[in-house]
Amino acid sequence: MRQRSLIAITAALAAGALTLTACGSRDSGDKSSSGSGGTTVTIGVDAPLTGDLSALGLGIKNSADLAVKTANKDKTVSGVTFKLVAKDDQAQASSGQQNASAFVADKSVLGVVGPLNSSVAQSMQKVFDAAKLVEVSPANTSPDLTQGTNWQTKKVRPYKSYFRTATTDAIQGPFAAEYIYNTAKKKKVFVIDDKKTYGAGLAATFTQEFKKLGGTVVGTQHINPDTKDFSSVATQVKNSGAEAVYYGGEYPQAGPLSKQIKAAGANIPLAGGDGIFDPTFIKLAGAKSTGDLATSVGAPVESLPSAKKFVEDYKAGGYSEEYGAYGGYSYDSTWAIIQAVKSVVDANNGKLPSDARAKVTAAMQNVSFDGVTGKVSFDEFGDATNKQLTVYAVKNGAWAAVKSGTFTG
Amino acid sequence: MNELPQQLVNGLLLGSMYGLVAIGYTMVYGIVQLINFAHGEIFMTGAFGALTVYLYVLPDGTSMAVALPLMIVGAIVVAVAVAVGAERFAYRPLRNAPRLAPLITAIGLSLALQQAVWAWYPDAKSSVTFPQIDGGPFHIGNVTIQTGDIFLLVAAPVSMAVLAYFVMKTRTGRGMQATAQDPDTAKLMGVNTDRIIVIAFALGATFAAIGGVAYGLKYGEINFRMGFILGLKAFTAAVLGGIGNIYGAMIGGVVLGIAETLASAYISNIPGMEKFGSQSWADVWAFVLLILVLLFRPQGLLGERVADRA
Repeated sequence: MRQRSLIAITAALAAGALTLTACGSRDSGDKSSSGSGGTTVTIGVDAPLTGDLSALGLGIKNSADLAVKTANKDKTVSGVTFKLVAKDDQAQASSGQQNASAFVADKSVLGVVGPLNSSVAQSMQKVFDAAKLVEVSPANTSPDLTQGTNWQTKKVRPYKSYFRTATTDAIQGPFAAEYIYNTAKKKKVFVIDDKKTYGAGLAATFTQEFKKLGGTVVGTQHINPDTKDFSSVATQVKNSGAEAVYYGGEYPQAGPLSKQIKAAGANIPLAGGDGIFDPTFIKLAGAKSTGDLATSVGAPVESLPSAKKFVEDYKAGGYSEEYGAYGGYSYDSTWAIIQAVKSVVDANNGKLPSDARAKVTAAMQNVSFDGVTGKVSFDEFGDATNKQLTVYAVKNGAWAAVKSGTFTG
Repeated sequence: MNELPQQLVNGLLLGSMYGLVAIGYTMVYGIVQLINFAHGEIFMTGAFGALTVYLYVLPDGTSMAVALPLMIVGAIVVAVAVAVGAERFAYRPLRNAPRLAPLITAIGLSLALQQAVWAWYPDAKSSVTFPQIDGGPFHIGNVTIQTGDIFLLVAAPVSMAVLAYFVMKTRTGRGMQATAQDPDTAKLMGVNTDRIIVIAFALGATFAAIGGVAYGLKYGEINFRMGFILGLKAFTAAVLGGIGNIYGAMIGGVVLGIAETLASAYISNIPGMEKFGSQSWADVWAFVLLILVLLFRPQGLLGERVADRA
């Protein structure tokens, strides 16, 4: 009997484990390489490929895959074939760090695209920096990552190997505050965040600028991202007399939150950052989300000529998921790594040097090209020099660009 | 404006859902002393069962008046099938094993069910939209009740009444009480305990399925992870009310729901407590309440109605 129960437990655990690994291995399979011979360089991708945020994560993975395929097809770096390895971080810092260690251990990895979440990035930076392995995030917006914890008073770059194509909350929050106060003419807001690095940071920079402009914050709340019941918060918002809600967080919570605020009887727009700029937000928030606002980095992807080719290629690539909010940035992040590898190889007579990782990291600082999202290059902190932002509003069940600009402070 | 009535209604609604799921924990525990941690996932598969009926069985544009009863049936069929399957293939072989073995199995099963829905249900990689009942919200005084909440307000008490009748008045229900008191003696008295245990799992799954439909109608979306946290909360509600007691499950659910809602709405108004009042702290306060209740009434609010066993 004892023996039988042991077998049963093992079987059950094995079944569970198999299901888990099955998901993992399907997503991390190598989908490129072949042809041309020579050296194979691996580019890693770390993003949430399962779970609530997988819509964004799979968009990142697919876009990076497209960049790798394009580089292999056009022989962008002669003698080098790129290969993509994607790992799932489940939007959790602990998984992210494990993935980072795995990438470092694989000697063929010369650069990593990702992660999506700022909190995950915090756990990975040190691992990559110790190995001098370059990391380019398409989506992290927390200022701490590039300018240090005390970025408001003294900017210090903590890790030389970390770059990003996304802009920071230090710009995004104030940009939203300016739009809501000056353009949308809302003077009273209710500020909500999810207490994560990204959400809390965004809400803080928004609040600071909104108060500076003369607006009033009539209430604050911190929600628990594990639940979907925000009825208590919605009732508070309704009774606070707020004219708008600013939410620092991501769409899995923002959608239901917007829906429940409107259901409670407060017909006011919910505004947020690039974390809610996803079609899923509208799906979750329902028909009453019309007028909800989101800021996102760069000019609208579809409006740039350089982006048209990306959109077409992505469609032709036959990916089953949409490229999402960070598709263009992921393509550019991957392309930046490819360009850095190219300059290293070119400088070394067409061969990969022995200390390729350090050389690629150093070369990243000088990378400059016209990407999907505009001009791609990095400043002394590793931040994107492209500081353009766009406000989007929900209109007829889709995000429509309302205003583009830069925040000058 | 006084928001207390609205907050109480918010808490009552949330708590009723906890209660519907908690019944399953409490029934199974009362009879086999197993904490079925996969019960949250049974709640989740029930919701997906209802969605499957709506999306793939009924023709497009079926009105909710026709669709809803069929969706409930679909939800119950799927949830009961999963629960009975779990009992037969995962728990029954372990019935005489040490207690920890079925507990670990339940956790494994919970993960396996989540991942199975994630992997094989179409478009379930992120949240899926759940059909809604049309019609505006209802206002009673300054309390607003959503159309989707009406279902929960009706379903929870009705389910409770039906269950109470079943357990107290029917032959099978009495057999259930007998098995809970002493499985061996019940067997000697001619009660088919295997059958009773299956019925306990099936009944728990039925209420979880109704809860799953209520969740979809209330929040307008369902996802493969929805059962995890809700299952933990429902388990807490069952302990709070007195695990093994079906009335306690409902009472515990409502108390927990109201405690969470009021904590997130009012604690920040107490001077010096601003930092501890937001919704992210609501769970902390709910568990403080649980600890206090268990300190003074270790058997839970209503205690266990069946006789103690050694």
